[in-house]
Amino acid sequence: MTLLSQIINGIQIGSIYALVALGYSMVYGIVKLINFAHGEIIMVGAYCAWYLIARLNMPAWIAVFFAILLCVILGVTIEIVAYKPLRNSARISLLITAIGISLLLQNLAQLLFKADPRMFANLFPGSKPFLGLQLTNATLVTIAVSVVLMAALSLMVSKTKIGKAMRAVSEDKAIAELMGINVNTTISFTFAIGSALAAIAAVLYCCSYSQIEPTMGSMLGLKAFVAAVLGGIGIIPGAVLGGFLIGVFESLTKGFISSNLADAVVFGILIVVLLIKPTGIFGKNRREKV
Amino acid sequence: MKSVKTLALVLACMLTAVLFAGCAGGGSDTIKIGFIGPLTGEVAQYGVAAQNAMNLYIDSLNEKGGIGGKKIELISYDDKGDATEAVNAYNKLVTSDEVVAILGAITSTPTIAVAQQSAVDNVPMMTPTATHADVTSYGNNTFRACFLDPFQGSTMAKFSVDELSAKTAAVIYNTSDAYSSGLRDSFIETAGEVGLEIVADEGYSKDDVDFKAQLTNIAAADPDVLFVPDYYNNVYIISSQSKEIGLRATLLGIDGADGVLAIEGADSANVEGLYFANHYSTEDPSELVQGFLSGYEEEFGQTPSALAALGYDGAMILCSALEKVAASGVKLESSDKVFQAVIDELDATDMDCVTGHITYDENNNPIKSLAIIKVEAGEYTLYMKY
Repeated sequence: MTLLSQIINGIQIGSIYALVALGYSMVYGIVKLINFAHGEIIMVGAYCAWYLIARLNMPAWIAVFFAILLCVILGVTIEIVAYKPLRNSARISLLITAIGISLLLQNLAQLLFKADPRMFANLFPGSKPFLGLQLTNATLVTIAVSVVLMAALSLMVSKTKIGKAMRAVSEDKAIAELMGINVNTTISFTFAIGSALAAIAAVLYCCSYSQIEPTMGSMLGLKAFVAAVLGGIGIIPGAVLGGFLIGVFESLTKGFISSNLADAVVFGILIVVLLIKPTGIFGKNRREKV
Repeated sequence: MKSVKTLALVLACMLTAVLFAGCAGGGSDTIKIGFIGPLTGEVAQYGVAAQNAMNLYIDSLNEKGGIGGKKIELISYDDKGDATEAVNAYNKLVTSDEVVAILGAITSTPTIAVAQQSAVDNVPMMTPTATHADVTSYGNNTFRACFLDPFQGSTMAKFSVDELSAKTAAVIYNTSDAYSSGLRDSFIETAGEVGLEIVADEGYSKDDVDFKAQLTNIAAADPDVLFVPDYYNNVYIISSQSKEIGLRATLLGIDGADGVLAIEGADSANVEGLYFANHYSTEDPSELVQGFLSGYEEEFGQTPSALAALGYDGAMILCSALEKVAASGVKLESSDKVFQAVIDELDATDMDCVTGHITYDENNNPIKSLAIIKVEAGEYTLYMKY
């Protein structure tokens, strides 16, 4: 019984990792950039929703809508202002810029909202019995929303025109451009989707774990990054599977071994993956053509 | 050539002498006390409350003419609850501000760091609120206004058996915090003595916000009480998550839980029924307590927390020691002789304070009582003095 509830705890946090990991993975797939500012987008989404609900007393769904909107605008702006001018320079410059943006946002939030943690009221209070367990509504909503979003995303990528464009750009930017695909719009769209998912993940995360603070995005972002690498970075189903696996590993470690080891296990997985199969579970070993 | 070198050396010596003279002469028209505490960050509520109360006491003393005709100046540094920042603040206070004594730090981890350093310099140090056992163990110069962690931990264990008729208990604590793990140890030790069975003992680390895995294990053991030795933010999160997963146990906190109803955005229903140990109660009728309450409310527009009361007591005990030293004809300045005189007077403290009558034992720890507070209908209520 405890095992089952630990697994459900793991799936809950795992589905949030998966949503965030999707953002990392899609952006990496398309511009080969590990967008370290992604964790901070989550933080911005959380603060935005919190501010609108707690300070301006707006209904939750409007607040969530504006949080998503703000994150989308922010994500796209970061891409246009900070990453686009560097698209043809060395990848390390892009990576450093991403870290810079992340620090900028974190410190900006500390300035605006101070370092004191705030409490986020759970939007889905209450719980339901399930197989003899007491499952909170927040858990059920988190898992359900994540699964629906992930299904919608994979449908979009495989069936729609913009999805096809995304796949084409990630395959080969130059050829995609020759085929008449607007590469800039496609890249902006990818950032927009990633940021929207991050905003939703932020709200779901806050409903279960109540506390928001300016540095909340960094650890969450890092773990989601590990999830993306585990599943195979750049591959959408990989990010989802990676997210769930990391969540469950973490929860089982906390429950049955030691809570102090949970982070060590998560980052240990990163090391093991990089040593054994750097391309991740779903990654294909592509041979470089000479 | 040699004479030029000698001349240079002489000049250098003179210059240095002039510099030192400048230092000693400057700013002796006030008595300087240093304050170290968290004014921003996770535990900022404590630092701000304690600092407010100290200012309240010092301002009223200054209005009456200060000590020996000199005003008291409180020089404050923010340690953000961090040991490194606290030691930096301490070094600044002692070397460049030249204070006669230190008030602080507020939380245990930074206080231990400062205590180790101040023991070397023998600077009198009065921490109003650091409850960890080790704080006063580094030298004779460190005093406190609050009771100790082991006392709180063992009292809560006894209280849960005597008053709540608990048979089984669980503990969830912060493994990366000296305060939290110290309390857990004393709770478990006393539990063994009073026949309270510990059915689960779970830990978490500093930045955790997801406690469901640990709470699930605790719920499986179904204890009567759950002891949560941590500060208000984590107490709040653990309490709400334990309610979510349907934990039946009564939650027990310690003085760190004070402030749990003041968190912005918090829903008091999530901590309803929580018992915690505290330093004083606002329902105490004594003149000193009521005078402090009305003064604080008038100045800052809110009811003072226990941390504020301790801050007030810390300032009061330290200032009365300084008064006695000044009355004996010693000039209050930053020197080893003054430091020792202040330490001797602190040691001889025997006075009524807001948090009770205080005298010091041979380890510089106060001898006093403890109040048990219960959260009822979204308010702190005095359950009993224990």
